[in-house]
Amino acid sequence: MNSRLLFQSAKQVSKEIIRGKAHFTFQPSNGLPAGLENVGTTKMNLMQSVNEAMKIAMETDDSAVLFGEDVAFGGVFRCSLDLQNKFGKDRVFNTPLCEQGIAGFGIGLAAAGATAIAEIQFGDYIFPAYDQLVNEAAKFRYRSGNQFNCGKLTVRTTWGAVGHGALYHSQSPEANFTHTPGLKIVVPRGPIQAKGLLLACIRDPNPCIFFEPKILYRLAAEDVPNGDYVLPIGKAETIKSGKDVTLVAWGTQVHVALEAAQLAKEKLNVDVEVIDLQTIQPWDEDHIVESVQKTGRLIVTHEAPISSGFGAEIASTIQKRCFLNLEAPIDRVCGFDTPFPHVHEPFYMPTVSRVFDSIKKTVNY
Amino acid sequence: MNRLIQISRRNFGLARKCLAVEGDAFRLDEYSGKYLGHRKVNFTEKLEIIDANKTAAIPIYRVTNAVGDVIDQSQDPKFDKDQALKMYKTMTKLNILDKILYDSQRQGRISFYMTSFGEEANHVGSASALEPQDLIYGQYREAGVLLWRGFSLSQFMNQCYGNSEDISKGRQMPIHFGSNELNFVTISSPLTTQLPQAVGSAYAFKRQPNNNRIAVVYFGDGAASEGDAHAAFNFAATLTCPIIFFCRNNGYAISTPTSEQYGGDGIAGKGPAYGLHTIRVDGNDLLAVYNATKEARKLALQNKPVLIEVMTYRLGHHSTSDDSTAYRSAEEVESWGDKDHPITRFKKYISENGWWNEEDEKTWQNEVKKDVLREFGAAEKRKLAHYHELFDDVYDVLPERLRRQRDELDKHIEEYKEHYPVDRILEKKL
Repeated sequence: MNSRLLFQSAKQVSKEIIRGKAHFTFQPSNGLPAGLENVGTTKMNLMQSVNEAMKIAMETDDSAVLFGEDVAFGGVFRCSLDLQNKFGKDRVFNTPLCEQGIAGFGIGLAAAGATAIAEIQFGDYIFPAYDQLVNEAAKFRYRSGNQFNCGKLTVRTTWGAVGHGALYHSQSPEANFTHTPGLKIVVPRGPIQAKGLLLACIRDPNPCIFFEPKILYRLAAEDVPNGDYVLPIGKAETIKSGKDVTLVAWGTQVHVALEAAQLAKEKLNVDVEVIDLQTIQPWDEDHIVESVQKTGRLIVTHEAPISSGFGAEIASTIQKRCFLNLEAPIDRVCGFDTPFPHVHEPFYMPTVSRVFDSIKKTVNY
Repeated sequence: MNRLIQISRRNFGLARKCLAVEGDAFRLDEYSGKYLGHRKVNFTEKLEIIDANKTAAIPIYRVTNAVGDVIDQSQDPKFDKDQALKMYKTMTKLNILDKILYDSQRQGRISFYMTSFGEEANHVGSASALEPQDLIYGQYREAGVLLWRGFSLSQFMNQCYGNSEDISKGRQMPIHFGSNELNFVTISSPLTTQLPQAVGSAYAFKRQPNNNRIAVVYFGDGAASEGDAHAAFNFAATLTCPIIFFCRNNGYAISTPTSEQYGGDGIAGKGPAYGLHTIRVDGNDLLAVYNATKEARKLALQNKPVLIEVMTYRLGHHSTSDDSTAYRSAEEVESWGDKDHPITRFKKYISENGWWNEEDEKTWQNEVKKDVLREFGAAEKRKLAHYHELFDDVYDVLPERLRRQRDELDKHIEEYKEHYPVDRILEKKL
């Protein structure tokens, strides 16, 4: 695929950020995950924490290999920096430029007992691998009656808007995969979660797709706990408590949500509860239910197009389970049903003001 | 920049000639070492576009002729009696199994079936040349390979019925066999997906110390057109994996003849272009398939991936959903059956060695028929597993959301029992 184009733009991402063009402000985590308060921390951006997670995965598991397009020299986003030097050419290596091959190869490695960490350079280019992931990886265990599985496979890929990526370097294709039972889908919101959740995916006995918000690679820096730790897959996290509205997001959009929540507090005196879903499949239904039972209102927001987006699944489930708690219709603030635009990206995005407006309308319903 | 200008100014006589020679040598060295996998390459001043239709076809390696005579004694693998009889018995057992299961589908007793008629030798010839630890990825028409490895008649039948004894838990249509114990990865319907997977497994084996294990992947002439085939050949060659790609070129992909499937020298013709060691083999000659696979395994263990294309003919329909008389003549099928049947060819080998006669044949045929029918009847009577098993193995453990869906189904079935085939399933496991 034509992903090499973006090698250049990957660098431009950081320039743009320096120019302050990002559509959100990264908000570091408040405090450290439970049990990690005393392990010490190191300031890292998301690229470094992903790199650190893979380093730990490979140190603790001799069978682990990392492969994909351009990973040998460190990767176009520098996530595999120095790993080939540390672990050798047989464990960190380039593959031919072929996403279906990368996915199929990874499934086979995992089926033979090796831990496979596959990199697909852009989420937008994951579709040649779609058949291997949807028809093969997701069904490997089921169709064999649990005689075989490829649970040691983790596919890492970049995800989300960057300000100038247009149709083919901006997409958020998580919902294309959540309609396939058998896969686990995870999106971190920052370096702390990226490290713990990526390690969890790599060690999880099911095939995982780990979407890395590429705009956060350099922009997001925070104090990341040292050493080896995992964060639980399948658990959402309430990152800001509130009593009036529940606002659910994942990945980059969590930061947009937090900003909108702050604005709502300042301008409307509304207490928004912000939840980072983290795992999109299998998702933490009960966590959202508990929150909505308290607030009586729900907004889901994601960058991907609204129709058939994962917000629809959440809205439908919550209206069924919380029907009598709801004080207002569930709202979704999402991308429009267009291909991802180029120069009009600022008008397409579920911006802070659109989320704010949704909060306003929801509380005033 | 200055230096470049200086060089460009030396545009006279000898210096220029020296530079040209040096420059050519440098470029040839670069092209050979970095672009062309150390293949020696030269410049040519002759404008010639290679005519793909005039390149010689890769020859078909064989040991016996169409009636089963060994042509060059040095190529006779010299099977001993037990080995040869096991081979013959596996081929004929597969043949009888196919006949009975094909008919049972026609009678509506199982839902679907695919026969291996005409391809028995390439299954058994290859399987017998491998080691039990070699991991096999099949396409779907490789039942003979499983039979050789010891998949029992009862396991075949239980899978075809998807009953509670099926080791794959009734999850797939008939013939999607698999056995972890026998190192045979469960078949999946999508074509060619198994190829890059097999390369991945091969890579995992390569990383094991003192590796004595390869991956072997079977596929057809049609499957070779999928992008996954290209991906797999390319990955195997660049990542130097211990693998055998085993293509059964049987002339048809459902109805599409090979003449409409590819434009080059078959599947083997692609091998060298990818950097794969390659051989084309007479697929109806068990001895040739055996020799080729044995040799290929040696190369694979040196991390030299090998492509084997066996030339054969699909004597049966594609599947029970297909009637091949719609696209090929009965005459064509008959000619192949009469003129080149793999079982007949190998029968000559064992008969001439004095290991088999018509009396043995009759006894054996009766014995197998009896066994197949007995196991068939037993499998048909077995109940299906409880429907709760439809929720298992999606993940290693049942997610909460899926457990809720299962609970909903329980409640629903409790109320609407009469609309569901509850009498065909076993009680819920405690």
